[in-house]
Amino acid sequence: MPRLQLTVDQLRERALIVRRDIITLLAHAKSGHSGGPLSSADFGTVLFFHEMNLTPGDQKDAGRDLWHFSIGHVTPAIYALMGERGYYPLIDLLGFRSLEGHLQGHPSKHDTPGIDVSAGSLGQGLSVCCGMALGARMDGSSRRVYCVMGDGEQQEGQIWEAAMFAAHYKLDSLCAVIDYNRKQIDGDVQDIMGIAPLADKWRAFGWNVLEADGHDIPALLGAFAQAREAKGRPTVILAHTVMGKGVSFMEDDYRWHGVPPSKEQADKALREMGTTLDAWTERLRHHKEVAVAPSVNGAS
Amino acid sequence: MSRATPPSPAPAAVLANPEMKKTREGFGHGLVALGETNPNVVVLVGDLSGSTNVSFFAERFPERFVQVGIAEQNMMCVAAGLASVGKIPFLATYGAFASCRSADQMRVTVAYTDLPVKIAGAHGGISVGPDGATHQAMEEIAIVRSIPNMRMVVPCDYWETRKATIAMAGDAHPYYLRFGRESVPVVTKEDTPFVIGKANVMREGGDLAIIACGVMVYEALVAAEALASRGIQARVVNLHTLKPLDEDAIATAARECGAIVTAEEHQIYGGLGGAVAEVVVRQHPVPMEFVAVRDRFGRSGKPEELMAAFGIKAPDVLRAADRVLARKKPGA
Repeated sequence: MPRLQLTVDQLRERALIVRRDIITLLAHAKSGHSGGPLSSADFGTVLFFHEMNLTPGDQKDAGRDLWHFSIGHVTPAIYALMGERGYYPLIDLLGFRSLEGHLQGHPSKHDTPGIDVSAGSLGQGLSVCCGMALGARMDGSSRRVYCVMGDGEQQEGQIWEAAMFAAHYKLDSLCAVIDYNRKQIDGDVQDIMGIAPLADKWRAFGWNVLEADGHDIPALLGAFAQAREAKGRPTVILAHTVMGKGVSFMEDDYRWHGVPPSKEQADKALREMGTTLDAWTERLRHHKEVAVAPSVNGAS
Repeated sequence: MSRATPPSPAPAAVLANPEMKKTREGFGHGLVALGETNPNVVVLVGDLSGSTNVSFFAERFPERFVQVGIAEQNMMCVAAGLASVGKIPFLATYGAFASCRSADQMRVTVAYTDLPVKIAGAHGGISVGPDGATHQAMEEIAIVRSIPNMRMVVPCDYWETRKATIAMAGDAHPYYLRFGRESVPVVTKEDTPFVIGKANVMREGGDLAIIACGVMVYEALVAAEALASRGIQARVVNLHTLKPLDEDAIATAARECGAIVTAEEHQIYGGLGGAVAEVVVRQHPVPMEFVAVRDRFGRSGKPEELMAAFGIKAPDVLRAADRVLARKKPGA
């Protein structure tokens, strides 16, 4: 079943699991980004467990949907989503950013099974997704392409080159999501380099622009469904989110953009999520093989 | 000894009055040949269809031609996306933009992912002429060679550019192809062997070796002819592939000739000369001299007069040969 299409309750439960993974893998790595992965956990879960047609373990499947995180630094979320979706055993998450592990600080195709294109320098991913969508159209394929961008990333000029390109070539199989958490590494986006009015900018570039609460699962499901209906133009979803969402002491604080929690902070965060660092580490440690079909019933 | 069958040495008369043809036409014709045989080949251009000659492909295969407009960074990554879904994308723009403007995109998205994107950098070198310094790319070898997974070919004439274009498509790695603007002497034939990573010995000789790429292969042959009239036999090695480097051909030249001159239409730092020297000092140290642009920006002028003004014509190669022979150890 390539599109899992979990229910709203199952998706909420799955998003919580993903957040527990994020905190746990960061605590073990003692390195990495906390804020963005937590803000993107909900729409990420909707993408991986409802919206996208994925075939983990079979990257050559020409019918699968394509996805690419232009914000390569949110690997904690990407890797948790991939692990939970069955790309590799969850124990691998404990090797994040280590020399022995395959989970690089930023996504690397030749290290991690399931990554199509490496990323890490901001502003490049939407262009990559334009190429994917164009190539699929040349092949007469109906596969869809999903691109995740950051709001701070909108400051990169290349984003707007790609925005022009996608509209010019009417790439309606392309759906971009912007994690609009209003924070970047140096502070508030509006103070660093204002990007507003963002929706107007994308509309002016010829895109179908949708906005949704990026933590509201039914709203996100609705936005992705609407994106499928768009004909003749690409869609961008402005997902309004909160940096650090789900951890009380991280929420809406830009200082959590690029740092991991300590063991103590991670344990505190995980207790807010109904578990502990030790318990969740054990869960990951005992998951050494990928299930043939990923469980759809919450935590295994 | 590893060397391809050498073409018969071009007689002085041929060198004095060579057939002239544009390397960029070789690129354009190579693309058309590829388009006919490989449905996965697609071509992207950044508003330079005419001057890069991808217009030949665009006319024949419009459904596989992608105009990107003036957006080189986007073009590099769109090509990567196309490659990730099974296409073999060639992108064309001037080398100044391909190697510098979109260097980060080439490094992170194309090379780190090791995608089969083929980057065509047209208008390489000082011989671009009147457009001046901004459009005379002379840093590509230094930039591209330093990026892991990248391959690089600098063909010497029309035929070699055509063959290199076709050969690159058959290798699943990223490539940078550097060629020029002007008509340049044709020094190879349609049937001259061309293998990526394997240098061609264009002229045999044992007194010194001149190792060159691009249009400087012709200048090296002219210099070798002048040396021959003085009884000095120079081996001319066409090092068309800058990466992977044919280390055997370089080491053999050092061992058998005992002195080396390198010649390139490129900055002296980080170019062909440096690459050859890296091999020579490790495998068989011999005296070397370098013919290259000496760490300065180009300027407007006619191609031929610029090459002379910047010290990269045959007489410059000849002077370098004399210098290196004076340093050559007796009996080496």
